[in-house]
Amino acid sequence: MNDRTLLFLQFILVCMLTACDSEPWNNPHAGGEESLNIVYSSFSERPKHLDPVRSYSSNEYQFLAQIYEPPLQYHYLKRPYTLVPLTAEHLPRVRYLDAAGEPVPSWRTDGIAYSEYIVTIKPGIHYQPHPAFAKDEQGRARYLELQREDLKDVHVLSDFVHTGTRELVAEDYVYQIKRIASPFLHSPIAGVMREYIVGFDAFRNQAGERYRDQPDAWHDLRELVFAGLYVDDRYTYRIRIEGKYPQLVFWLAMPFFSPMPWEAEKFYSQPGMDERNISLNWYPVGTGPFMLAENNPNLRMVMEKNPNFHGERYPSEGEPQDRGNGLLADAGKELPLVHKAVYSLEKENIPYWNKFLQGYYDASGVSSDSFDQAIQFGSQGDIQLTDRMREKDIQLETSVTTSILYMGFNMLDPVVGGDSERARLLRRAISIAVDYEEYISIFANGRGIPAQSPLPPGIFGHVEGEAGVNPHVYDWVNGELKRKDIRYARQLMAEAGYEDGFDRASGKQLVLYFDTPGAGPGAKAHFSWLRKQYQKLGIQLVIRATDYNRFQEKMRKGTGQIFQWGWNADYPDPENFFFLLYGPNSKVQHSGENATNYQNPEFDRLFEQMKNIGNGPHRMQVIQEMTRILQRDAPWLWGFHPKAFSLFHSWYRNVKPNLMANNVLKYKRVDGQLRETRRAEWNRPRYWPLIILSGVLLISFVPAVIGFYRRERGTLR
Amino acid sequence: MIAYIIRRVLYAIPILVGVNVITFLLFFVVNTPDDMARMFLGQKHVTQEQVEDWKTERGYHYPLFYNMQEEGADTIRKTIFYNKSLRLFIFDFGRSDSGRDIGFDITQRMWPSLAIAVPQLLIGLLVAITFALLIAFFRATYIDYWAVVICVALMSISSLFYIIGGQYVMGKILRVVPISGFETGLFGIKFLILPVLIGIVGGIGSSTRWYRTIFLEEMNRDYVRTARAKGIAEQVVLFRHVLRNALIPILTGVVVILPLLFMGSLITESFFGIPGLGSYTIDAINRQDFAIVRSMVFLGAFLYIVGLLLTDISYTVVDPRVRLR
Amino acid sequence: MFPGKPVFLLTDILVFGLVLCIVMFFLYAMRKPHLRQPWQQVVRSRAGVISMIVLSVYVGIALLDSVHFHPVLENQSAASGHVQHSGEVISLFDRMVSGLRESGEKTYSAPFAAYLYAKETVQQDDGTKQRVYPRLAWGASHLEHPETQKTGDVLRLGLKGALKAVVLWGALVLLLGWVLSLRAGRAFRVTLGILFSGRSRIPWRTVVVTLGIVLLVLMTGAEWATKYHVLGTDKVGEDVLYQALKSIRTGVVIGTLTTLLMLPFAVLFGIMAGYFRGWVDDVIQYLYTTLNSIPGVLLIAAAVLMLNVYMSKHAEQFASLTQRADLRLLFLCLILGLTSWTGLCRLLRAETLKLREVDFIQAATAFGVGRVQTIFRHILPNVMHIVLITLVLDFSGLVLAEAVLSYINIGVDPTMNSWGNMINSARLEMAREPVVWWSLAASLFFMFTLVLFANLFADVVRDALDPRLSR
Repeated sequence: MNDRTLLFLQFILVCMLTACDSEPWNNPHAGGEESLNIVYSSFSERPKHLDPVRSYSSNEYQFLAQIYEPPLQYHYLKRPYTLVPLTAEHLPRVRYLDAAGEPVPSWRTDGIAYSEYIVTIKPGIHYQPHPAFAKDEQGRARYLELQREDLKDVHVLSDFVHTGTRELVAEDYVYQIKRIASPFLHSPIAGVMREYIVGFDAFRNQAGERYRDQPDAWHDLRELVFAGLYVDDRYTYRIRIEGKYPQLVFWLAMPFFSPMPWEAEKFYSQPGMDERNISLNWYPVGTGPFMLAENNPNLRMVMEKNPNFHGERYPSEGEPQDRGNGLLADAGKELPLVHKAVYSLEKENIPYWNKFLQGYYDASGVSSDSFDQAIQFGSQGDIQLTDRMREKDIQLETSVTTSILYMGFNMLDPVVGGDSERARLLRRAISIAVDYEEYISIFANGRGIPAQSPLPPGIFGHVEGEAGVNPHVYDWVNGELKRKDIRYARQLMAEAGYEDGFDRASGKQLVLYFDTPGAGPGAKAHFSWLRKQYQKLGIQLVIRATDYNRFQEKMRKGTGQIFQWGWNADYPDPENFFFLLYGPNSKVQHSGENATNYQNPEFDRLFEQMKNIGNGPHRMQVIQEMTRILQRDAPWLWGFHPKAFSLFHSWYRNVKPNLMANNVLKYKRVDGQLRETRRAEWNRPRYWPLIILSGVLLISFVPAVIGFYRRERGTLR
Repeated sequence: MIAYIIRRVLYAIPILVGVNVITFLLFFVVNTPDDMARMFLGQKHVTQEQVEDWKTERGYHYPLFYNMQEEGADTIRKTIFYNKSLRLFIFDFGRSDSGRDIGFDITQRMWPSLAIAVPQLLIGLLVAITFALLIAFFRATYIDYWAVVICVALMSISSLFYIIGGQYVMGKILRVVPISGFETGLFGIKFLILPVLIGIVGGIGSSTRWYRTIFLEEMNRDYVRTARAKGIAEQVVLFRHVLRNALIPILTGVVVILPLLFMGSLITESFFGIPGLGSYTIDAINRQDFAIVRSMVFLGAFLYIVGLLLTDISYTVVDPRVRLR
Repeated sequence: MFPGKPVFLLTDILVFGLVLCIVMFFLYAMRKPHLRQPWQQVVRSRAGVISMIVLSVYVGIALLDSVHFHPVLENQSAASGHVQHSGEVISLFDRMVSGLRESGEKTYSAPFAAYLYAKETVQQDDGTKQRVYPRLAWGASHLEHPETQKTGDVLRLGLKGALKAVVLWGALVLLLGWVLSLRAGRAFRVTLGILFSGRSRIPWRTVVVTLGIVLLVLMTGAEWATKYHVLGTDKVGEDVLYQALKSIRTGVVIGTLTTLLMLPFAVLFGIMAGYFRGWVDDVIQYLYTTLNSIPGVLLIAAAVLMLNVYMSKHAEQFASLTQRADLRLLFLCLILGLTSWTGLCRLLRAETLKLREVDFIQAATAFGVGRVQTIFRHILPNVMHIVLITLVLDFSGLVLAEAVLSYINIGVDPTMNSWGNMINSARLEMAREPVVWWSLAASLFFMFTLVLFANLFADVVRDALDPRLSR
């Protein structure tokens, strides 16, 4: 008997002996680690890019934001969302320049041609241990001049024996901005940044040329000149912007503006690395509190504490109620509070939810299907957890997301679009007919608030209560929002010349088209609900379901008619929502983000004004004027702002929804001891039905056996 | 024999070319390279320039079959077909549209697929043969009749039911096994139990019924009758003669699917979160990563042909009367 | 004669074409003793008659559901002169069960429920708000106090349905007895005795009993369905029974049309390969090995995606949702056929190779009968049994395949009622607490019944047509 069989027998034996009390049978995580300081979480889709220059989705940010550190971050607890320095010493200083590059005094508002953002970073910050920084005894880089043969025994990054580190310098930040501008890296924000950063296009062309000459080589971007970027000293850099763009500071808190050491790029560009999937896309190099220890996107991603982390303390101030909620219990403690985070791939909703209930994941959202199991409404309509959840001591946090799900009309369409009064009336009638309150209650279990304008709560410019009501769709009755009667909508239809949905001119029933990329489970229910809504006005809604690419193409060409789309705020500023309706941003003419191709000169003028003023009464006034125009024209059915409900177990601490910050893992704390007890308690296997089942199976063989012997005797006779 | 194998291998080449052309046509009619680019560049802020760059980087900017701007061999070589399809013949799968090396991924994801498929096949075979033998023993009795009806009933249940029901009962109610997941090593065995069990239960109806017919056919042969006439006990006839002879068609039937075990099961793997080739394929279809789908089609076709070849060879091994020409 | 303007969907035409073919085949077969014989054997087996009765219910519903039209609009102004038709397309079956179709609720409700399955905030008379389970808009709405009245009402309705079923059943049995006694020239009482004795060649007793059970289920179900949601409602409050019944057509169409569409290729190529041999054989073998070696799911996925592209590029050709869904269904049948014709083709080739050497065909060739004539006169009729066996054997597999394909979103159109779509959306409901089981259970049960009896029928047919395989 060799070692392995022995081990296996031992394993079986242990399993049998300990079945009743200790390790639960259904634990999906590797055993023995429950009491350790680990967070268990999941990801639903394997990340496409872990390169901060390209990544632009929340499922990638859940890893990236823990690893890479841009100069700024959002305060974890404070609301409204506040920017605070992360690697920077303080918030960037801004100075305005005229066309000649001379400073403009702060009291002048005209004549500003450029603005400069000056960022100073803290000294003494070091990168995570990484082979790209490894030095040999002579101080030369160990792994930057590799040949293909040197990689013979390398399969994953950890196969490189030596690692090293280096101090973070301003040059690294500038290097990353140059990467954003490099055409071969396909940064999704290159299109936005070229409008603002001085010298962006010139650099882009330069870099593009280099790439065309030698597509496979590494291009040292340090050698190329970027007119709008300056490294003033080891720890200070400057970004020069065309005109004014106050929103730039928000971008500086996103992973796009994280530092990138040139050594890493050089390291990964060596021959043979790509074939092993060892690339910047899969093995990030950062200064953050965590580093990627295990990288298996097919199964599991594990993050471990970065030993070189520069240190940060848990915030000691927050909102008034935070202290009562225990969110300040760890104030002043050294971050990160956990040592490790295990993210398992979990594509399906059901298994995830069940594992959460079994205690194998620390937190969970609430899907529409598990809603009734988890949440109930109290007698006053207030939200509570069900008894089953409370039994398990599960906690609930809710927040309105800074996003909007809307239904847009293509304004280029001859029927529903355009500036004619007829189309406007039709759009308004539809706005009333499509009952989003019902939608929220059926499809989102009431988790959402009907939108009155594009601005969600929490964004400057959003108005609560009666003053914020969209007067074309809602009435304010007894302190509550009430959708206008459907008869009023029918009347609007008649005014527009569509009595009962029949076009007065042709006598034909009005047929509208809804374009959608969705065809997953539940899509059918959604479609039939939509058809019912339009049916109320006598309109026949035809649903044109297609794949995502075709949908995009339709949007680009403006051949769609009605569609549903959503927008998630990049940063907490009204500009990030209103620009979805800004004329020069239209999808068809300018391939911008204005998918309805809405264009209203007055609105556009106000937008340009609003963009550059700071939050205050003046800005509020402009925003309200803009909102009124939008409500009148109704290019969108404003839809709703989803509410996020998150559940978490009692051992998971310091949970406060922060929709802007992604680097929140460092604040989390886990009570591993409690978790271990609970898991064992909740997961006692019930094996007696299996024993009964096998008993029944065995008994059912009895007649067969009897028959067998009888027959045998029969043959013998 | 060797000449035969060589001939078969040569014959496989035009088939693989055909497969290649068909899939190539299908996929490039479905999705123009522009579509792919947009898919992968994400949905926010994408310009046409970025699309062109992406295509150039991935080699999708060439014409499909014939490059008129080039001369000589380059007219053929600088085309999408040459770069994306013909390379498959040397098992150079290239990179997926999301930038990972496909060959590397395949070698990694093959093992989980096998970890499910092999036990499923072996245990399933064992169980089905046992049942079929039992039923054959009781042929033409009520046991036989009802066993066949039960088999048909088992066959008639959708595989989705087995999976959904199995997860619900075993994982959620009884809490005996993890609901889903995967792990390597000894610790991982408990993840395999449920999918393997479900695979066996799902397939048992049809295979038992099929093996039963084979057994019955065998039992009607002359030599069995002779053996019985000689007074040999029924179970001896059954085990020594019938089983041994009936195993030949059963095993040769198994040989043809052996190579395809690598491909994994699409549905099971994606339900149980097993990082095998089946869920790899499903993901690729859902994300429209056609580089992966093309590679999997090619791999599937290749393995199928290997399976055919193995079957032919196994026939000669078990039955010397069959001669390969 | 129609209650509206008829619409001919492609699959409708094909389905009725198929029915016509089958009827004609049977009329032809009845006159030929050697063709009639196996079918007599089918009718004489108990499993055969049971499955035939059950299947005919399914097929009947599918056929009713295949007569489509634009219904006349009800609330139109008389002044407009001409009759106006609604834009939507419904079928004869929809019209028959219009009660079910229009009886929407807001969201989930359990089978036979009087209340919704989810609580809702309701404003009380005194202005306060409460979370309660509201009454259903349609289900059990005729009851004033469902708590106390429901059980009685359900029983009463069930009894009423059962009574109707018994009366109908009695009438049918008497009719059957009368027809049989006329044909056999026996006394009516003797015939009835044979019907119930279980000693006839055709298992009449089984027929009568099965008929009784089927009628009982149908009639009580129909009676209940007038007042309740027998199988509950789904997420948007659509009746699950209605969905399950509508899915029958999809299942039957996929099961039959797929084989029908691939039949010409398979038969032609199979026989040609076997008969001509040589290079024809090589080309055809190459063709099917190539097609066969592409993993089926991937081929289907690619083809369905391609269809999507085509449809969105030519959106104007597909006036209504129904037509789009129908085309997708037809296309799915086509592509499923493409992946499954190779099996039949190979069988036919082997059979033809054998037949070619048989005496009477050798003789025909010697007498100078043309090749084409030989194929159609001598070979085709002699391989027909293989075609028929494949047709019935493939049926159940195809119905099951539909469900799996819908799971990967490459099945029928998501707006179409099908068991696959039902299962696909229902599997999420299993995570709900309390569990919403009825949608999943209904679709699985309806599918299971169809597939089970199709399988049983296939067994009987195979045994009858292919004597080598019978026990």
